[in-house]
Amino acid sequence: MKYSIYAFLTILAFLGLSLMNVNEYIFFAGFVILQFVVLATAWNILGGYAGYVNFGVPAFIAVGAYSAVVLFKSISAPLVVQIIGGGILAGLLGLMVGLLTLKLRGIFFSIATVAVVFILETVVMNWRYVGGATGLQLTRPPDLWGFDTYTRMLFFVMAVLAVCSVSIARYIQDSFLGRGLRAVRDSEEAAECSGVPTLKIKLIACTISGALMGVAGAPMPMYLSYIEPTATFNLNYSISALGMPIIGGTSHWIGPVIGALLLATIQQIVTVTVSNELNVLVVGVLLVLFVVLAPDGILGLIKKWKQSSK
Amino acid sequence: MISIDLLFEAVLFGILLGCFYAAVSLGLSVAFGLLDVPYVAHPALLILGSYFTFLLSKTGLDPIICGLLLMPVFYLIGIALYRFYYETFERRSSDTGVRGLAFFFGIAFIIEVCLILVFGVDQRTVSATYIGSSLEIGEYRFPYRMLVAFGIAIFLTTLLTLYFSKTFNGRAIKAVGQDEGALRLMGANPVKIKQLAFGIATAVNALAGAMLIIVGPVEPAMDRIYIGRTFCVVVLAGLGSMSGTLVAGLILGIAESVVMMTLGASWAPAVSFGLLLLMLGIRPQGLFGR
Repeated sequence: MKYSIYAFLTILAFLGLSLMNVNEYIFFAGFVILQFVVLATAWNILGGYAGYVNFGVPAFIAVGAYSAVVLFKSISAPLVVQIIGGGILAGLLGLMVGLLTLKLRGIFFSIATVAVVFILETVVMNWRYVGGATGLQLTRPPDLWGFDTYTRMLFFVMAVLAVCSVSIARYIQDSFLGRGLRAVRDSEEAAECSGVPTLKIKLIACTISGALMGVAGAPMPMYLSYIEPTATFNLNYSISALGMPIIGGTSHWIGPVIGALLLATIQQIVTVTVSNELNVLVVGVLLVLFVVLAPDGILGLIKKWKQSSK
Repeated sequence: MISIDLLFEAVLFGILLGCFYAAVSLGLSVAFGLLDVPYVAHPALLILGSYFTFLLSKTGLDPIICGLLLMPVFYLIGIALYRFYYETFERRSSDTGVRGLAFFFGIAFIIEVCLILVFGVDQRTVSATYIGSSLEIGEYRFPYRMLVAFGIAIFLTTLLTLYFSKTFNGRAIKAVGQDEGALRLMGANPVKIKQLAFGIATAVNALAGAMLIIVGPVEPAMDRIYIGRTFCVVVLAGLGSMSGTLVAGLILGIAESVVMMTLGASWAPAVSFGLLLLMLGIRPQGLFGR
């Protein structure tokens, strides 16, 4: 109950911010940061709770984004429909990946997800309707729902999506699903023997995780008013979506949120002040450092600090 | 319609390409296939090998010599990398799956970005007398650079096959892949042997990297597509089989070459990843796996 009040207040705060008279750049950068909150949270449902490392994040983002493009181009669907459509299709992709890789564990699962990225990228490259390799320019529709600019509206939409995904992750964590997934992570055989329907919960986790990534990707074409395969299918999304939860801490739903807010903000600052390449380096170096020195992420560090100060 | 002649040419080129793919995958076949280390950074080290070759060849040395000279350096890199991996992950044996993978994935990105920061995103090439000209037999033309790569590939595969079957250390590496506990009972130190194997796997990458830049221009982000090619070959071969690696390389090479000829070059990247996904879905233990 307390959580839902906080969640509601957070949404209200974001609404207030997007109506305030502040620099437009805040919304431009804030959209990306909130998008990473969704991505990191979505990755953590499968990667953190169940221990299945998904390298194929861009595939799900792109399915969301390209579904939105097709919906927009064919029936000029409104943003909400685009997001729902992108989420459903990316969820289906998640289910399919789950079905195909049921027997695969560890690195085999991860490599299979990378394969999905490149196969889909090749298909989109050769698909004329959505612009092929050159990309597609899109004109934003004029409806603003009362916001001053389109970017502000998208910022608010992404804020709502972020709060929703975090709530879903939080619900999963303490539900039957979350407990089952943790059992799978510790030992799949033991879980199966204790009556956990490992197959079913893995598929559900794949679907939810994929759908949330698709939802995060769906507003992208409207955000950039442009779509192009090389940037959309970029593996840089994988390292960020994987690095943020691991740096934040994978055991609790707040971990990916902390990781995403912290790292995506650093990334935005680095992109503006230094260069785009360097922001990937920041995540890469921090990821390696944390994995080696603080395997439980920032949450683990806080826990240790609390225990030692007692 | 594709004529038989063109198809034949595609297959011939595919054989050359296939041996090349087998050679760039040999290191992974040892590190991942035999030792079970989630070595996702393998393609990134391959590209690093190409760039080091590029730097060394500026002195006027032949790229193949450069590759050979780099082998000891890469051997040491490999040993250091395994030592580090062992100390931080294998010995603690706590949840190595997720963290080990994340570690090597992170290393791959760090190498790639460092290459971009130092060399830029431009494509780099090397020059040698055999690059640019072709051998003509009848109506078929074979670029010398592909033939050189073919030669190196055959040489490396034969060398490693002999090493693993004839020498004491080679057999020990195979043994450690099969049963680590038994090796310890025999009085050998599995960690030392794994370290040696990892060093060899990375050293092979130096020569393979030189071969990569001989075959064509290299750019930092190329490691991403080679994740597909190398893992496709290793998974197809069945983990850790050297001769299987050659056969799997040939399958991939011919498939890619035929697809390029029939559907166009824009479909080529999907071939390796498609084969990989198919194999993982149907028979994850590979064609020649137990």
